[in-house]
Amino acid sequence: MRFAIFDKKLVPEPLLSEPQTTQTIAKIGEIPQPSRNLHFQYCNDVRKRLIGKQLLLDEIPHTLDEIHQHYEQGYITLRKGIVFEKGTPRCQRCGNQKPHLFSSFPCSRCRELCTYCRKCIMMGRVSTCTPLYSWSDSECQSARETANLVWNGTLSFGQQVASDEVVKAISTNDDLLVWAVCGAGKTELLFEGIRYALSLQKRVCIATPRTDVVQELTPRLQAVFPQIDVASLYAGSPDRHKYSPLTISTTHQLFRFYQAFDVVIVDEVDAFPYSMDETLQYAVQNARKERSSMIYLSATPNQQWQKDCRQGKRNFVTIPARYHRKPLPVPELKWCGNWDKKLKQNKLPPNVMKWLKIRLDMEKQALLFIPKIELIPKLLAILQKLDSRIEAVHAADPERKAKVQSMRQKDIPILVTTTILERGVTFPNLDVAVLGSEEQIFTASALVQIAGRVGRSAQYPTGNITFFHFGRTEAMLQARKQIQNMNAEAAKKGMIDIE
Amino acid sequence: MSEYCLFCHEELIEHISWSTFFSKREEELVCPSCQEQLEEITGKRCDICSRPLERIDAQYVVGTRCSDCVRWENDSEWQGYLAGNLSIYLYNDFLKEIISQYKFRGDYLLAKVFAQKLKTSIRMLHADYLVPIPLSTERQFERGFNQAEALLREAGLHSTHLLQRTHGEKQSKKSREDRIHLSQIFQLTDSFVISGKRILLIDDIYTTGSTLRHAAKLLRKAGADYVFALTLARS
Repeated sequence: MRFAIFDKKLVPEPLLSEPQTTQTIAKIGEIPQPSRNLHFQYCNDVRKRLIGKQLLLDEIPHTLDEIHQHYEQGYITLRKGIVFEKGTPRCQRCGNQKPHLFSSFPCSRCRELCTYCRKCIMMGRVSTCTPLYSWSDSECQSARETANLVWNGTLSFGQQVASDEVVKAISTNDDLLVWAVCGAGKTELLFEGIRYALSLQKRVCIATPRTDVVQELTPRLQAVFPQIDVASLYAGSPDRHKYSPLTISTTHQLFRFYQAFDVVIVDEVDAFPYSMDETLQYAVQNARKERSSMIYLSATPNQQWQKDCRQGKRNFVTIPARYHRKPLPVPELKWCGNWDKKLKQNKLPPNVMKWLKIRLDMEKQALLFIPKIELIPKLLAILQKLDSRIEAVHAADPERKAKVQSMRQKDIPILVTTTILERGVTFPNLDVAVLGSEEQIFTASALVQIAGRVGRSAQYPTGNITFFHFGRTEAMLQARKQIQNMNAEAAKKGMIDIE
Repeated sequence: MSEYCLFCHEELIEHISWSTFFSKREEELVCPSCQEQLEEITGKRCDICSRPLERIDAQYVVGTRCSDCVRWENDSEWQGYLAGNLSIYLYNDFLKEIISQYKFRGDYLLAKVFAQKLKTSIRMLHADYLVPIPLSTERQFERGFNQAEALLREAGLHSTHLLQRTHGEKQSKKSREDRIHLSQIFQLTDSFVISGKRILLIDDIYTTGSTLRHAAKLLRKAGADYVFALTLARS
């Protein structure tokens, strides 16, 4: 779309009553922002849709006329979709600035060669002639909503310490890393902080990389904050236009937000794709208000973050022990020779085979992590001879959910899996082995997560975790060290019971 | 040469062989695994609409034609106007995804992937005019470009705008009956000699063939000698 500037205001071309000089929004130096007319009766639906958001015209189900009127009266702000820094484009919605993820086309909207972002095109096209529309402030002036916390559980000592730190960070608009071991009970320690934020009319968002986590967290938080209508956002979710003081969202959906939240809680900061994708990190930063608090949750912060913590450059709190007060199972490292070659001969290394057979004999369920999908057919051919109920899963497996379910029901004795099950799943009484733990895909953080599958339930707090390798890697040693350090810290703080 | 696959964004690895040195190579835009998922139509096809006959139930095949085309050709209102349609690819799930990203999300660049194939096919068909199926003004504004015209442009070919829309509702939201019984969806633009010309209509997908037949009928009635169509995909 093209705009004229008339009376220090933008006027979109389709609304011009007579022909005037027009240009694309990218070429306008500073975009004029009319001051707010307090007598104007704004439309509440427009406000609800645009507050804390950055939307394309096509995403707003109101007429151009109506939207323009809100802009003229100072209630809507327009920003450039694409800005050029030293001649190279940057997408303002997703932060992409990789040249190969931009392209140009002769655009019917602006009748010029228009540059657009291919990185976030699945959410609609942002191009040089595309404005991003927001409500001009992001304060929730809505009627006071009460947010009672309905929860009568108790926090462990470690959870309580972290919960207090969360409340403190929220009250001072600071950032905080909660470094909690797998199985520490991360969700519960957030309740008090969220309640506190809501009571101050702050807007809170929990962002997580994965849709299934959003779907799992929503009912849990809805149950403890029954007076609040929690918004649950993921691709295709019905809540897309819902305005709520408490939003649970995939990191992807945050691309549509702009300076919306006073508190952003980022779950699993170390997890793919968030850790790998700069645009997702940009989205999270873009979604928080200038004065706001960011709470990062991780069981396995990356090396840089760990270093920042040690050097006092990052505000953090650790929960070194699980809520059931038993130490984390420490991985055993076992050399298994050239397993890849063995597999090609339709065999498994003898110690791996033995490990699996013991689990079958004891009737103890086990997960066997493998570095790549391609190994599955060969492995299954070998393992199903031991027990025909053994199954395998991977990310693109259409029966993934069903297989995880059968595992829960104990219909599967051993489940072979790629790193897809490295986090988020809990099976109560479990041993875990990694085959080829020296492979690159098994980073220190992946290995800590994998080890974190063992001994999660209070009923079965122990179990075996073995890394079968063909040469030790730094990642394996780091993972073991991290787990040992946590156990040592927990022992020192009296957070585990030693028999 | 682009460094990344335009579909999946994976890095493209160049395979160097003798032919790299001795022949002018076609520009690679997509990776082999994406390329593999684009299925060209092969084998027996309906001699009018390109529908792959081996893929449909035998009851819908009448000799060398699909029953849809038989129905069109038995209808005196439509008989003989559209000489034929050549579709290049099967409209499989992969292409469905690609075309949706191209047309509905507006990823214009994807037109480049089809340019070479399109150009080769168009050359074989010897037309006087290449006519992209037009969009309504509103739809063209909404999408930012006409997907058929963009295909031609990226193939380095010239479009002739013989047609314009009379009204604009989304085709994909209508049933076959609705589409066929639309009174008139196109009108002629002026200033082109149509009489005696061979006209090639261009569109992205052939679905029921009703859009193309409406265009063909109008052009033939205006004196065109021969009207046929080239579409990227046959659904």
